[in-house]
Formats: sequence, structure tokens, C-alpha cells
Amino acid sequence: MKIHEYQAKEVLRKYGVPTPRGAACFSVDEAVKAAQSIPGKVWVVKAQIHAGGRGKGGGVKLAKSLDEVKAYAGQILGMQLKTHQTGPEGQKVRRLLIEEGADIKKELYVGMVVDRVTQRVCLMASSEGGMDIEEVAAHTPEKIHKVFVDPETGLKDAEADAVAAKIGIPAASVPQARAVLQALYKAFWDTDASLAEINPLVLTGDGRVVALDAKINFDSNALYRHPDLLALRDLDEEDAAEIEASKFDLSYISLDGNIGCLVNGAGLAMATMDTIKLYGAEPANFLDVGGGATAEKVTEAFKIMLKNPKVKGILVNIFGGIMQCDTIAKGVVGAAREVNLSVPLVVRMKGTNDEIGRQILKDSGLPIISADNMADAAQKIVAAVAGK
Amino acid sequence: MSILINKNTRVVTQGITGKTGQFHTRMSRDYANGRNCFVAGVNPKKAGEDFEGIPIYASVKDAKQKAGVNTSVIYVPPPFAAAAIWEAIDADLDLVICITEGIPVRDMIEIKDRMRKHNKTSILVGPNCPGVITPDEIKIGIMPGHIHKKGRVGVVSRSGTLTYEAVGQLMELGIGQSTCVGIGGDPVNGMKHIDVMKLFNDDPETDAVIMVGEIGGADEETAALWVKDNMKKPVVGFIAGVTAPAGKRMGHAGAIISGGKGTAQEKLEVMQACGIKVTRNPAEMGKTLKAILKQA
Repeated sequence: MKIHEYQAKEVLRKYGVPTPRGAACFSVDEAVKAAQSIPGKVWVVKAQIHAGGRGKGGGVKLAKSLDEVKAYAGQILGMQLKTHQTGPEGQKVRRLLIEEGADIKKELYVGMVVDRVTQRVCLMASSEGGMDIEEVAAHTPEKIHKVFVDPETGLKDAEADAVAAKIGIPAASVPQARAVLQALYKAFWDTDASLAEINPLVLTGDGRVVALDAKINFDSNALYRHPDLLALRDLDEEDAAEIEASKFDLSYISLDGNIGCLVNGAGLAMATMDTIKLYGAEPANFLDVGGGATAEKVTEAFKIMLKNPKVKGILVNIFGGIMQCDTIAKGVVGAAREVNLSVPLVVRMKGTNDEIGRQILKDSGLPIISADNMADAAQKIVAAVAGK
Repeated sequence: MSILINKNTRVVTQGITGKTGQFHTRMSRDYANGRNCFVAGVNPKKAGEDFEGIPIYASVKDAKQKAGVNTSVIYVPPPFAAAAIWEAIDADLDLVICITEGIPVRDMIEIKDRMRKHNKTSILVGPNCPGVITPDEIKIGIMPGHIHKKGRVGVVSRSGTLTYEAVGQLMELGIGQSTCVGIGGDPVNGMKHIDVMKLFNDDPETDAVIMVGEIGGADEETAALWVKDNMKKPVVGFIAGVTAPAGKRMGHAGAIISGGKGTAQEKLEVMQACGIKVTRNPAEMGKTLKAILKQA
């Protein structure tokens, strides 16, 4: 689960990470009032969306007067902000963060992820703040310094100090940097984060270490033990179809193609998408109905897929093991009737009771195309959609 | 032979009093030698009772002492699963198979750290996996038993139904399996592809291996590099997720391309370069393997 920058900063502040003074705003009036309450002559107006790259897209502005705060807030609120992470249609800005300007002497990067090889939390730090860390990793990997943190001890003083020195923190500010790094680790661990980033972490003219930006993603498997974090979820930032699917315990992801897929199991679902691509078309979605799919779930899955106007055909691929093919067939027939299916439907079923399942499809009188295997199924749906 | 499990394996079910645990314990007991193999369940509150004749013990240690179990299968719900895994490891069982999906990553980091620090030698499979089956001998987990038959091809995979798909294709060609291992779809887990590959390499009853991977992490690459230098048997590989977008979790917690790393393309290239016979068509895993067996 993702949260906004201002929310991530609130979380980090609780753990003692210094951040600029600021306030989240939902209107231009609120933005001006917030700026008035923050002393200084310079304010930063920041679009709050979940995607990165906001600055380059015009979603972050430096205001040198309250009038400018008002003007920028008006510009940014409600805009469709396009960044390399939003897709071409962009993301509508509904929230702003108004912050005091900072006296930046140096911009640094610190981040944390779970490292799958060492199976520990990995602290990554770099002197190249403000830049995309993937770029730094690709071109100058020697500038990224890593510590794999022992979960029993947490990030040790010596480890934090060594990293701080390596990324260019002057000796006088190392104790502050250590506190920030240890707080970041503690926040990461306590909140079951899957990613935490401060980019940039800045060194100010007077030697303070401040988080100018913040990003935290959480492990969705652990949210059951963090109701406070769950409350930070912003549904406006998520795909409506994905939210709808999650209500029915369906794992759904919107994609750009025109062939809807309904599959049991995540691996098989990905493989089905890949097969569609292999035969020259593109999948419209990833959809895993899970191991215990019922007729109701299959019907909901159809409804969600068909809400996407791009869908010109549907491929159902089921390997019935524990889940039986006749149950799925009944679900598919019921769903096709209920939604008044008007696009081609190819069904491939294998496993327990597949013969009975195929008979059910045949007897339904619906124009359902049966397929023998994955390749056959993909070829048939691609051809049907192409009108061949 | 086979790897990890055979008809002499003795299993305790943790979570035997839950709906899922009961359903799959029953299915596993009714498969091949299951009646001899599934000898215990655990639930501290129901010790002394039984599940359809399978005695329930207060703890894994108790089940080990009294019923002689050497393997555990875990169906305990996510909030309690890590503690269940540790209980089995702390009882020094040979093998611990965790089926549970949805365990927080942090819990698994702690388990794996404790295993290393306490020098625990139990082998962990999973979590978030279908389990392990040695066809016609024993099935431990949630895979459909009847789609398998005994043979000489090993299967290792991060995904459940995609493993069944591979097995289904082998069966259509009349090829049986030595052992099929589902290592699971979580980012921090027990056995990795490389660990299973090593066992297949040493198993005299395995002639070839199908390795099924998916996007996320670099375990397939690690296994491929090992195969290049050490594997004496042919390996066929497939990676799911060529069409998966970056930054999106594709169902499995571990199936995510992050920071541009862990793409299917990258994995397929490394595997191919390491001498693994790669297919990009998931419908041709069986065919590709059969072609290799003919050459050998």
C-alpha cells in the first residue's frame, strides 16, 4: 500500500526524523492559510499524488510570496499531473503539501528495501540526492552504499556513522545523520514497510539533516496489524477496477491491451497473458480468481473485466485441481448470461471434471469457443478479436 | 528415491483443526501411502483428541516424540504462521512445508535470521506454496494428486497452478515425475530454485528438471549460474510475466519488478546463456522437455 508524501513525513516525524514545517491542504484557501502560519519568505507548493517524478511534471513549485502560493496552488490543484510513473493520462491532484523553504547545502539519498538475497532490510545511501536512484545504480553503482541490517540489533551506531561519512556528511552533523538513519530503520521495521525513501535528504546551511521528501510503501500482508496506517489509504489514487476486485478477494491489475483474462493462480495468470502476447495481441488485465473460486466470484470477475471499454474478447484459463471444472463452467455460463456477454469468449479448462465442464459450456447454447490447451486458447481468442 | 519426501516420511499437520488444514490433510491421507504417512496433528487446546483417527498433540515436539514425525505441513492462518514455522524448526524436524499465504515479510525475515543464528538444519519450503509431491508415494500440500504419476522428471516452481500446468503437459506426453516442489511466491522464503536443483542433481531417479520461475528477485539467475557449472542433467525453463508491468505486484507478494530488476526477459536471457533450454511459450514446457530427453 502506498501513501502520500505528507503522510510519510508524519510517520517519520513520529520516529524523530526532522522534516520542514508544513501542512496538507485540499483547497487554495487552505494553502494560503497554511503558508501564512509558516514563518518565512519562501514556500514550496507540492502536489500530493502517489506517483514519483512530480517535480519534472510541474507538480512542485517554489513560491516567493503568498500571492505566488495562491497562484501555484490554483494551478496545481485539480491538474492532471503527468510523470513517468502515472501513464500518459496523468493523475488528478486533489491534495497539496505547503512547506517552508529549506536552505539546502547538499542533497543526499537514503532508502530502505527488503533484500531478497540476504533476507534482511537493506539500507541504501548515496551522495547523489534528488536523482532517480535507479539511474545512479545503473551508471555509478559505486556511489551507492549498502548496509544489510541485522534484525536482532537494528541499525548499529557504527554502521549508521560509516554510511553517513561515506555520503559526505561532515563530522559535526554525523550524530544527526545517525539519528535520522536509525529512525528511518525503526519506522521501516515497526510499520512493516516494503520500501522507505528519503530523496533528497538534505544537509542545511546550518548543518541540520532534514527529510525534504519522503516515500513509504507498506507490506499489504501486514496491514491487519496496523489499522492506523490503513486509515492513510487514499482510494482516489488507486485503480477503481482494482479496488472493486479486491472487495471480492480477486487479484486484478489493469493493463493496456484488449483481451480480458480470467485465470486461477497468479503464475498461470501471468503465463496466460504472456501467451496472448506471443500470438500477437495484448492482455487487458491480470486477474487471478484464486484457488477457491465460486460461481459468484467468476461472475464478479466478468463484470469487472467488462467495465473496461477496451476489452474486445475474454480468455478463461482454468487448471482445475482442487477447484473443479464443472463448477467453473457453471460460473462462466451464469456470468455470460448475467452480463449479456457480447464479446467473443474462449474457455480452456483442464483438470478435475473437465469433460463435464466442457459439456456444460456446450449445452448452454452460448457462443463459447472451447480450447484444448493454452496455446490453442490464445490463438483462438486473438483470431476472434481480430475478426477472423 | 525422489527428493525431500517419500513413503517413509511421517507428517504432522499444524493447523489440523482449521477448515483448510482438515480438507487437505484428508486429501493427502487418501493419496497413495498417505494413511501411513499422516500420523499427527497439533493443537495445544485439543491435545488428546483426534481428526478422523489422526491423533492431535499439544506441540510439534510432542508429536515428534510420540508419533515419530520428521516433517510438518502448516496451514495456520497468517498472523500465527510464523510462530508455527518456528515451532516446527525448533523441534528440529527434517522438513517444514508452509502452505499459508499472506505472512508478513517481516515475520519471515525474523524466522530466517533465527534459523541462521541457531544453526537450524531443518529445510523450509514456502511459505505461500502448494507443497511437495512424490507421485504415487506421498503428497504433502494442496496440489491435485491425481494429475501426477511416478516418473523421472523433477519439477520446481514458484507458482501453484503453473506447476500443475507443467505436470499436465508432461502427463499428456506420458512423462511421469520424480518429485514436484512448489517453493512459493513470497519474497523471503525457504528453499530457492538452486537448493531444489542441487537435490535433483544428486537424485539418481531424476533424469531432467523443469524449472518454472516468475518475475521478481534474482533466484532464477542464481540457480541458472549454478546449473551452468554443476548440473549433470538437462534443465528446461520458463519464466512467467514477460507482459507484467513494472512496479505492480502480480498476485504473489514476490512477483514484482522493482527498480527495473527482476524482469522475465532478464531471467530468460541468463538462463539461456547458462545452458538451460528455455521456452517462451508456457504451452510448450512439456514438449521442450520431451525433445531434450530424446536427445539425451
